[in-house]
Amino acid sequence: MREYITELSRYIIPALMAVYTLCSFACLAQGVAQKQGSSRSTGIYTVQNIIMFFLQLLMFTDLALVSGDMEYVFFYVFVQVFLLAAVAMVPVIYEKANRLLLNNMCMLMGTGLCVISRVSFNQAVRQYIIVLMSLAVSLFIPWILSQIHFLKKLTWLYGIAGIVMLGMVLLYSEVTYGAEISFTIGGLTFQPSEFVKIVFVFFLAAALWEDASIVRVGMTAVIAGAHVVILVMSKDLGSALIFFVGYVFVVFAATRNYLYLLAGAVGGSGAAWGALKLFGHVRDRVLTWRDPWSYIDKEGYSITQSLFAIGSGNWFGMGLLKGNPTAIPFVEKDFIFSSVCEELGVAFGICIILLSVACFLEMMRMSALIRDRFYQLVVYGIGIMYIFQIFLTIGGGIKLIPLTGVTLPFISYGGSSVMTTMIMFFLIQGIYIRLQQEGGRHNARKGKETPSGSAREKDQS
Amino acid sequence: MPEKEKKRRPAAPGKKTSHKKSRSARYSANRPEIIVTCCFFGLLFAALIGYLSYFTATSEEEMINNSYNSRQEILLSRNYRGTIYSRDGDVLAETRLDADQEESRAYPYGKLFAHAVGYSTKGRTGIEALANYYLINTNTSLSNKAANDIAGIKNPGDSVYTALDVELQQVADDQLNIYKGAIVVTEVSTGKILAMVSHPGFDPNEIGAIWDSIVEDEDSSVLLNRVTQGQYPPGSTFKIVTALEYIRENPDTYNDYSYQCNGYFSSGTGRINCYHGTNHGQVGFESSFAKSCNSSFANIGVNLEQQSFEETLEELLFNRPLPVDFPYSESKANVVDRVSMNELMQTSIGQGRTQISPLHLNMITSAIANGGILMKPYAVDRVENDEGRIVKAFEPSAYGSLMTGEEAGILKGLMESVVEEGTGRKLSGLSHTAAGKTGSAEYNDDKEDSHAWFTGFVRACAGPGNLRHDHRGGSRQRRGLCGSHRQADLRCLF
Repeated sequence: MREYITELSRYIIPALMAVYTLCSFACLAQGVAQKQGSSRSTGIYTVQNIIMFFLQLLMFTDLALVSGDMEYVFFYVFVQVFLLAAVAMVPVIYEKANRLLLNNMCMLMGTGLCVISRVSFNQAVRQYIIVLMSLAVSLFIPWILSQIHFLKKLTWLYGIAGIVMLGMVLLYSEVTYGAEISFTIGGLTFQPSEFVKIVFVFFLAAALWEDASIVRVGMTAVIAGAHVVILVMSKDLGSALIFFVGYVFVVFAATRNYLYLLAGAVGGSGAAWGALKLFGHVRDRVLTWRDPWSYIDKEGYSITQSLFAIGSGNWFGMGLLKGNPTAIPFVEKDFIFSSVCEELGVAFGICIILLSVACFLEMMRMSALIRDRFYQLVVYGIGIMYIFQIFLTIGGGIKLIPLTGVTLPFISYGGSSVMTTMIMFFLIQGIYIRLQQEGGRHNARKGKETPSGSAREKDQS
Repeated sequence: MPEKEKKRRPAAPGKKTSHKKSRSARYSANRPEIIVTCCFFGLLFAALIGYLSYFTATSEEEMINNSYNSRQEILLSRNYRGTIYSRDGDVLAETRLDADQEESRAYPYGKLFAHAVGYSTKGRTGIEALANYYLINTNTSLSNKAANDIAGIKNPGDSVYTALDVELQQVADDQLNIYKGAIVVTEVSTGKILAMVSHPGFDPNEIGAIWDSIVEDEDSSVLLNRVTQGQYPPGSTFKIVTALEYIRENPDTYNDYSYQCNGYFSSGTGRINCYHGTNHGQVGFESSFAKSCNSSFANIGVNLEQQSFEETLEELLFNRPLPVDFPYSESKANVVDRVSMNELMQTSIGQGRTQISPLHLNMITSAIANGGILMKPYAVDRVENDEGRIVKAFEPSAYGSLMTGEEAGILKGLMESVVEEGTGRKLSGLSHTAAGKTGSAEYNDDKEDSHAWFTGFVRACAGPGNLRHDHRGGSRQRRGLCGSHRQADLRCLF
């Protein structure tokens, strides 16, 4: 019986995931066609939710059956409580929340918790607690957004705060001679570069929403450049790239000038070339990207192990707990995608990629609808940073691009990462809710409005 | 909750849309930029997914077979290693269980298939390495898996059927006898490897016990598969290559060639003797080849265009990777870089620094027998699950043409003349027309040490083989081997 279930679920899981992904894109297409998300049918969301819970059941059944461990059953119950809370509570509190983003977020997080619990149960429990905390914090964000109106005035404060936070980590790691990009306070480890992403997006949006003249762009370039340089010096190449790409695209959207994209590409290539010449650790990354097999014992070890995992898993995976993802160093952070491919299959992995892309496209669709330039740029910037991070981590893990060691949002282990991404998603939710209320202000006749305030609708723009 | 939304949502759109329109011109002004962004990242992710799919579709086997991949052990902890069969279904390697359910790998034919089938415990070689991926995976039915799971036993790994022929292998092995040497027999039309023997050998059943002594003994070459990894001067068999180049340079006049052999040829400081100093007298092109006249071929060699010779060598896969998926040594031949006249003479009769593996010579001969087209040599015919369902079948595949059909025909004629009137007369008078080329290459200043070669084929559908062995203590034994896929034919050739 056990064998039947685990063997069949190897195929049912990716099949269900594919259906779920299709639903996401159907939703997206519907949204694009209508240009206004409010009249999407909700049936499809319910289908998505049902699939998600069924998938969770299957995956945890596999885990429990193969391991014979009751702890997975308990963990399953806890995870379901969280997912149910998120899926059910958010639309009740914020009636106009975007359910596509919400569902995909839950789907990715549920999968992440499941996969992490397979790699390391203790880490999964920690992750669960952080996820729960993040949700608690994030739930307030749309409401806070509707209360605070000075966000777009703090321009330079954001920039300076970002530099200070990143600089602190750099100094701290200098002092301790480590290559750490995080520091620990009272048992909790922070990775400030994650949180600075949010501040950075606010900085860019605030600096450029009114005035996108070349002088203004130049001024933001100085601040953004400082971020990137500090990150490169901290050896956090992945984050440096994310900040850089985020900057280039936000400038592009703000100025509507394609030359900035070109300048970004040229400047980026130049900077990459310079970094290649200057920094040994950058050279190592490129070397092991081009030929990991010659360095399989040392520098190329993790990437080759990642490739083994994906290659061994193949389309349908080896089955949960039947592979050996822990052979990959830092699997729970940098290579979680490889472990997903190994045990759940590449087909499932591709669905994960597509879901992330669906989230990104939904964000882009929203940003096109937002009239307030500041919030538009915030949504746009978050979308860019989110999707580019996914490209970096997955592309690195499959040896398409050099490894940069960033996390896969929502799936990787790492409190800072998951909290930051969740805050980003709820920021977008908040802005989306604003957008809808603005759009439908004149029919704000609904009796029971959400806490975001039936009438807190001072138009900022 | 969803119901509530259902009720409310439809109420909004009409008004909203109209409301939206009035402002859209102003606010959605940078929609084109957003669309460009979407397209950019869309392409990026299309590339990502494309690469991932390509990797997944093409590299599973390679990834699992890498010795750094710990998943091999995982698979082996769940599946018994599968069985390796000969073409007729004889067991060449199987996993046996003793009373305590301890696994051991057994090779019923012992030494006979030592290099061809290989071993799987001290690293992996031969078919054990080549088909490792299939042997450690299982495609048994789900119900079997479930039953095995309940019974607490492992699943049977998939079985690998090779093209190897036990009788042919036995004949080849007998012929090598106590001598160091190698024989490979392939089917010309498909590239199937029918027999592959390398001496000295070892008993793979004993590999665990003898391993340390083999590794300690630096002179020991028992683990070396001479067929694929041996590198030897080709001697007169290389005249096939020289002849091909001469034909290419003189397509219309090569048959008008004539040379007066005095038993030696000299040019500058170099001097080439004919085998045993034989004086061949007046020879034409065909008789030079048939009688293996060194002087005549040295004469041909020094007049060849070196650049064009180099190209022919490359086409024949010298200094290049061979199209096979098992380990091998690359053959070496040089006629261009800083080559003295003496070296060129030596090279054109297969002496000097030219090195070739028996497998490579076999491939060139096969191409000649097959109208110039080389079929990629392969040993694994198909993979079956424990119930005989074919999991994967390997089809013959052509590498391409090494030479034109016409050139192959001419070379075939030359090789037939070797058997009919030349150095391979021992093989004349068989029921099927045989063709081949003998060779004897000195590898030491001591003229007593030399490699004996024979490469050839029987009928169009037959396969070539070749043989080398040392001459020892002055006893000069010369043996010829023609391979055929039919055992009866082969026997009569020895």
